[in-house]
Amino acid sequence: MGDILGLVAKRLGMGLIILLVISIIIFFMVELLPGDIAQAVLGQGATPENLAALRKEMGLDQPAVLRYLHWLSGAVTLDFGNSIVTGASVAQTIGERFANTLFLAAYAAAIAVPISIVLGVLVALLRNSIFDRVANVATLTSISSPEFFLGYILILYLAVKTGMFPAIASLSNDMSFGDLLYRTFLPALTLVLVVTAHMMRMTRAAIINLLASPYIEMARLKGTPPWKVIVKHALPNAWAPIINVVALNLAYLITGVVLVEVVFVYPGIGQALVDAVSKRDFPVVQACCLIFAATFILLNLAADVGSILTNPRLRHPK
Amino acid sequence: MKKKTDQVLLDRLAQAARTGDISRRSFMHFAAAAGITASAATGLWGTSAAANPTPGGTFRWGVHDGNTSDTHDPGTYVTRQMIFLAHTHRSYLTLIEADNSLGPDLATSWEASPDAMQWTFELNPDASFHSGKPVTAQDVIDSLNHHRGDSSTSAAKALLTDVTDVTADGDHTVVVSLARGNADLPWLMTDYHFAICPSNGDGTIDWKSGDGTGPYKIDSGEFGIRWELTRHDGWHGEGAYFDKVTMLVLNDPNARQTALVTGDVDCVSLIELKTLALLQRNPDISVDNIPSGGAITMPMFCDTEPFSDVRVRTALKLAMNRDEIIEKIAFGAATKGNDFHLSPVQPYWPEDIPQREYDPDQAKSLLKEAGQEGLSVNLSVADSVYTGAVDMCVLYAEQAKAAGINIKVVREPSDGYYSDVWLKKPFSAVSWGARPTPDVMFTLAYKDDAAWNETRWQNERFNELLLQAKSELDETLRAEMYHEMCLLMRDDGGTLLPFFNNWVYARGKGVKRHEQVAASWGCDGARAASRWWFEA
Repeated sequence: MGDILGLVAKRLGMGLIILLVISIIIFFMVELLPGDIAQAVLGQGATPENLAALRKEMGLDQPAVLRYLHWLSGAVTLDFGNSIVTGASVAQTIGERFANTLFLAAYAAAIAVPISIVLGVLVALLRNSIFDRVANVATLTSISSPEFFLGYILILYLAVKTGMFPAIASLSNDMSFGDLLYRTFLPALTLVLVVTAHMMRMTRAAIINLLASPYIEMARLKGTPPWKVIVKHALPNAWAPIINVVALNLAYLITGVVLVEVVFVYPGIGQALVDAVSKRDFPVVQACCLIFAATFILLNLAADVGSILTNPRLRHPK
Repeated sequence: MKKKTDQVLLDRLAQAARTGDISRRSFMHFAAAAGITASAATGLWGTSAAANPTPGGTFRWGVHDGNTSDTHDPGTYVTRQMIFLAHTHRSYLTLIEADNSLGPDLATSWEASPDAMQWTFELNPDASFHSGKPVTAQDVIDSLNHHRGDSSTSAAKALLTDVTDVTADGDHTVVVSLARGNADLPWLMTDYHFAICPSNGDGTIDWKSGDGTGPYKIDSGEFGIRWELTRHDGWHGEGAYFDKVTMLVLNDPNARQTALVTGDVDCVSLIELKTLALLQRNPDISVDNIPSGGAITMPMFCDTEPFSDVRVRTALKLAMNRDEIIEKIAFGAATKGNDFHLSPVQPYWPEDIPQREYDPDQAKSLLKEAGQEGLSVNLSVADSVYTGAVDMCVLYAEQAKAAGINIKVVREPSDGYYSDVWLKKPFSAVSWGARPTPDVMFTLAYKDDAAWNETRWQNERFNELLLQAKSELDETLRAEMYHEMCLLMRDDGGTLLPFFNNWVYARGKGVKRHEQVAASWGCDGARAASRWWFEA
């Protein structure tokens, strides 16, 4: 067990170094964005004098390296500074948005992960049957369509034509949890449709791959029923690739949902990032990117640790 | 004899009130002119007016163009969403009435010195902020000064450059002194930046708290997402029939439309023109298609061959079939232009100038006269100018062929169009937002020495009239001057003005409005929340 803790610590250390490198890249990439924030804030009617006044007020007249160091020292303590456009604290601005995004991702994952793993096991069991074909065609169709298109299809049939669910997922503070689940059902369903195929097919492939192994042959020969062969013998060895693909899709649910947020007017972090880029609001852009990077690193770390834990050979290296 | 005239006038007034052709304020004004007392006139209005608003309900308003990085700072208002919110929770000194005339908001009356260099505004003594604090001259002074001075970051600074001082004369009188006479100052006060905020007492204003003097006060909200507002009981104006207003930011056109169709909102602030015809077929939805002051122009450089010949300019203006362009490019959501930059919904619009129609034959003969038969010109345009701008130019090029003109449409990149193409290429397409008065518009883009004189037009008489009209307080004289200026623009100027684009917004079931709506912004001059109501 000590090995595992050491490994996690090592991975975390690596993650931090990667994060530092990413922070440098993010900061200087954002610097490279064309355009001028003061111009964006003041619009068409701006005169050179008030542009200069605003730039000075925002501290844009200082060199980039100085601003980076200042920003980094704050970011370490989760203080991402203030938005240059609104003056409000960045942590406050995006905190609630990020919580909304996490909620939607968790909601979608809670539906998608069990469904895709169960489906994956089932289609592996019934491979090459009609059920297998139908499940594959359906999930491949949904993954091949762009999210916004799936969203509009769902809106058309479940909101406009039947009125079963609201078309826009607007949230207010006094909502009950049930109401919240109901209001955000359509965006969650869209995300489920987008990520299910990947996880299901990976589960199927991993299991089928193992079914050719001698030990499965052995299990079959001793008369174990087919479902038990898969659940008891194949699945435990298939966890590693499945965990990896689940982690990848979870990261996607958090960082890649901008289109879904736009279609359903869901107040998540993706929309905040797009708004911030269009306004050249550097601190917000940087904080969002850093959060996304950290999400990816943490989920990858979790996937690594997870696959090690489920694999005795990796757990007890020679 | 007098009595009979009065009766005729009254009948006509009552008729106008019934059909909604005049606002309540104009009605009261004319009724007073006809010798009726105010209380009698109020009663008459009540029995004549077409619509009887009923109070109550929560108005759910889906608005476009909202951004997370918006702020309550009136100097940096830029998105449409903030303009709608500003007119809902804040007030201005003056406002644009539903009939597009100038009316009182926080100021009950205003008066100019004979040279128009000093304006005195009397404030409404009953006006109060949402915090309960009464509105005083100091609040107005600091709110205006927020847009003045070297350190100001306001985008509306340019409108107040002539202001030399803003002073108080008692608690409820504000005096604005100008370096040059400006008869339009009360009109400028309707600009969406000049919202009145509470003074901090040290010369600055408290804009951060979101406190205001408008019909609704903010309960909660988040920039770029949503706002919850409740009626401000101490509001000084008329209207504000809804109990509550919820403003939802819906930037995606499809989301907006779906929300309206499914009844998730009661009104949306912008409709995509492509689906306009489909939406109009829905019996539960009323679409409003209202002319605006925003325009599409096609400036030609008056100092560059071949546009330096006025006959060539006129021929190009005659070679456009505006009706077809409005029908096919703007889907009917536009108002025909007449080659002068003043829209029918703006003050001093000269109604008796004949419309310029499509006349390829006359264009041909003008070109022949100018020795420019078979004229060939390049027209620069980018997609970002207007939805369908490139198509518009291609259609125009087809129409101009009938006059023997060969227009080559040059598609420029959208990025940097206004820095690399506009004011640089001799013939291009441009989109202009509305300006409050002809003086502001003409000074900005038609005056001989203006930085944005996009046609490089130098007309001595026009520039002379422009300066004269600015400080002329006699309305009749002033209207005549703008009439002449418009004629000069139309017949000598270098601007081909295809159309003014309309505001297109839609209301769901049960949302009622008066017959007339203000055209300064979409949704009844951005005042839908205080002017509309739910059907009982």
